[in-house]
Amino acid sequence: MSTFLEVKNLHVTFPTEDGAVLASNNVSYSVALGETLAIVGESGSGKSVANLAVMGLHNPHRTQISGEAILHLPEGPIDVLSAAPETVRRLRGKAMSMIFQDPMSALHPFYTIGNQIAEAWALYNEGSKEDGIKRAVEMLDLVGIPDAAKRVHEYPHQFSGGMRQRVMIAMALVNNPSLLIADEPTTALDVTVQSQILRLLADLQKEFNMAVILITHDLGVVAEVADRVSVMYSGRIVESAAIDEIFYNSTHPYTRGLLNSIPRVDNHGKGTRLRAIPGQPPSLISVPKGCAFAARCEFISHVPGGLCIASNPDLLEKAPDHYSRCHLTGAQVIDIAAKNLAHQDNGAK
Amino acid sequence: MAENILELHDLKKHFPTTSGGLFSRRKGVVKAVDGVSLSIGVGETVGLVGESGCGKTTAGRTVMKLYEPTDGKIIFQGEDISHYSRKQMMPFRSQMQMIFQDPFASLNPRHTVGTIVGASYDIHGIKPAGGVENAVRDLLERVGLNPEHINRFPHEFSGGQRQRIGIARAIALRPKLIVADEPVSALDVSIQAQVVNLLDDLQQEFGLSYLFVAHDLSVVQHISDRVVVMYLGKVMESAPTESLFAKPRHPYTKALLSAVPIPDPRLERTRERILLQGDLPSPMNPPAGCVFNTRCWKVQDKCRSVVPEPVQIAPNHTLACHFPE
Ligand SMILES: Nc1ncnc2c1ncn2[C@@H]1O[C@H](COP(=O)(O)OP(=O)(O)OP(=O)(O)O)[C@@H](O)[C@H]1O
Ligand SMILES: Nc1ncnc2c1ncn2[C@@H]1O[C@H](COP(=O)(O)OP(=O)(O)O)[C@@H](O)[C@H]1O
Ligand code: SF4
Ligand SMILES: [Mg+2]
Ligand SMILES: [Mg+2]
Repeated sequence: MSTFLEVKNLHVTFPTEDGAVLASNNVSYSVALGETLAIVGESGSGKSVANLAVMGLHNPHRTQISGEAILHLPEGPIDVLSAAPETVRRLRGKAMSMIFQDPMSALHPFYTIGNQIAEAWALYNEGSKEDGIKRAVEMLDLVGIPDAAKRVHEYPHQFSGGMRQRVMIAMALVNNPSLLIADEPTTALDVTVQSQILRLLADLQKEFNMAVILITHDLGVVAEVADRVSVMYSGRIVESAAIDEIFYNSTHPYTRGLLNSIPRVDNHGKGTRLRAIPGQPPSLISVPKGCAFAARCEFISHVPGGLCIASNPDLLEKAPDHYSRCHLTGAQVIDIAAKNLAHQDNGAK
Repeated sequence: MAENILELHDLKKHFPTTSGGLFSRRKGVVKAVDGVSLSIGVGETVGLVGESGCGKTTAGRTVMKLYEPTDGKIIFQGEDISHYSRKQMMPFRSQMQMIFQDPFASLNPRHTVGTIVGASYDIHGIKPAGGVENAVRDLLERVGLNPEHINRFPHEFSGGQRQRIGIARAIALRPKLIVADEPVSALDVSIQAQVVNLLDDLQQEFGLSYLFVAHDLSVVQHISDRVVVMYLGKVMESAPTESLFAKPRHPYTKALLSAVPIPDPRLERTRERILLQGDLPSPMNPPAGCVFNTRCWKVQDKCRSVVPEPVQIAPNHTLACHFPE
């Protein structure tokens, strides 16, 4: 697979009255054509901020951005972070598109669905208004809106939440982008509608061989669609690996904590106890000197000499193509986790 | 069987809808809750699940008598409170409390935590031994907050901590029943687990009963003894948690469960999904016959005209479907 987007050492800072918010702290990730990268993390961990930077959607006057975000276009690579705003604007909607959690806020209430899709199409295509509407009908068909030729003339409020998200997808894909960034695209939807939308995204990705970045906090959704996963915590990527490595061989205490804390419909009935992570994430204004997870980490006692508090671990390759940011080795984390689990099981009996 | 703390018999709550404008008049009704029956035993948790708009919140609020029921009965500890006035409800208020989804909106931003949590004592004219302030400190400690923070304001707390404040307020008067409306839905998973564990502990300690309203089936499965599945105001299926999740009988329950993604990629790759067509119909204009018929994959002609009545198929297991699994 060929890498399409490569984000390297991305820093995004918002100067605020209370101090500088370091929302994206040396973040690197990449995604290839035909691949789905899931970015997971709790709210406020910096998932949206990093990807908005790639899309060039931050206000330049109120944001400091550094690093690289390279798009490998057929005509050659281009760094969207250093490119002229005009160039980025031309790439947006064409080479790369983004959809958001709340489709209503991204749709204009006073224009028909068809006009809005046609307008997105007309940015990059020559053609009459009718051509645009024809293309809109095609796209609505593609995303599974029944009776598209008729509904193309309706307004957003006449569509249900699930249908609006389909419209957003239609609009994002109207110019055949190579990269689709979907920011919590199903978080506002009911589960039965969520599974329709996830299926749709997967089908479209296959059909058009797109690179997809799916931003979510739901590890179930990740398990359903991702090829690779990057886990974010407090503005940093703390673990990054192929999906099965993350779920079955995680080498980071935070990822393990997350996986342990979710109840699952297929086990953990009443009477069992959830293994919550104590405490809460640190503020992004006063970033701790050491590991950002240290205050909540149940592995910290295995690291000698207060190292976790004193210094921030680097994101290192702990196993082939498996990166994590922890002072412990991958084997140590796996080993300690197994012992903790055995200990807990004994305790439960 | 021990006495039930709460029983609902065919509870209905309909809202009139008016057309807007100068000559607004009655136009129709939303049957937000349209015949819900359930019972909750002492110390039991009953989960109420279903998709957005199916009537979960309305059911919960009607139980609390924040809405006057349109029809049906609410029996609290053997007493029919369905049509009790505000005044008649007073003695019951301290025994049933509610926790809300949005820990931000449900706490008065201008009041300190001490005032918020202590308010119930004043309202009910109760003087806890050792004084209100001590009682509040104990409560804060009990829900995992620092009692020293009694004079802080809600905005100084995180989402999870605010939900703990809401819980402290709810348990202040040692209620028997707590209606929890999506108490953890707004929280991140790591924090969600903390609050779920807290609710578990409080149940053990005080013998609380919960009506636990949520759309997240994994959380409901974890916390509930029995689960009631709603769709467009009606109960599709209600059963002990284990049997409902192991062997759902209603086509909707089955589809709903199969739609929940499981955080286990190997399992996900082999799992069969039932993909429902389309979206939920508008509750203003529910389908005739079985309300689920427009999306049901087992639908037959009968479903489009005849409403399936809830039938008891096993102890504690009721089902409203013409062609169950
Ligand atoms: N005060 C009201 N007046 C009119 N209609 C109402 C009122 N309250 C609720 N409804 C309608 O009743 C139906 C059920 O609403 P309810 O809030 O109980 O759903 P819910 O199951 O809690 O949904 P969610 O999961 O989104 O919280 C909806 O169609 C809603 O629009
Ligand atoms: N425009 C902004 N100004 C100041 N802080 C911001 C801005 N946008 C986001 N942040 C902060 O950056 C952090 C990361 O936010 P975000 O990327 O939206 O998180 P999420 O992982 O939930 O998508 C949060 O602390 C958020 O409050
Ligand atoms: S570096 Fe230390 S505190 Fe951070 S995750 Fe690893 S063990 Fe835990
Ligand atoms: Mg976000
Ligand atoms: Mg609700």
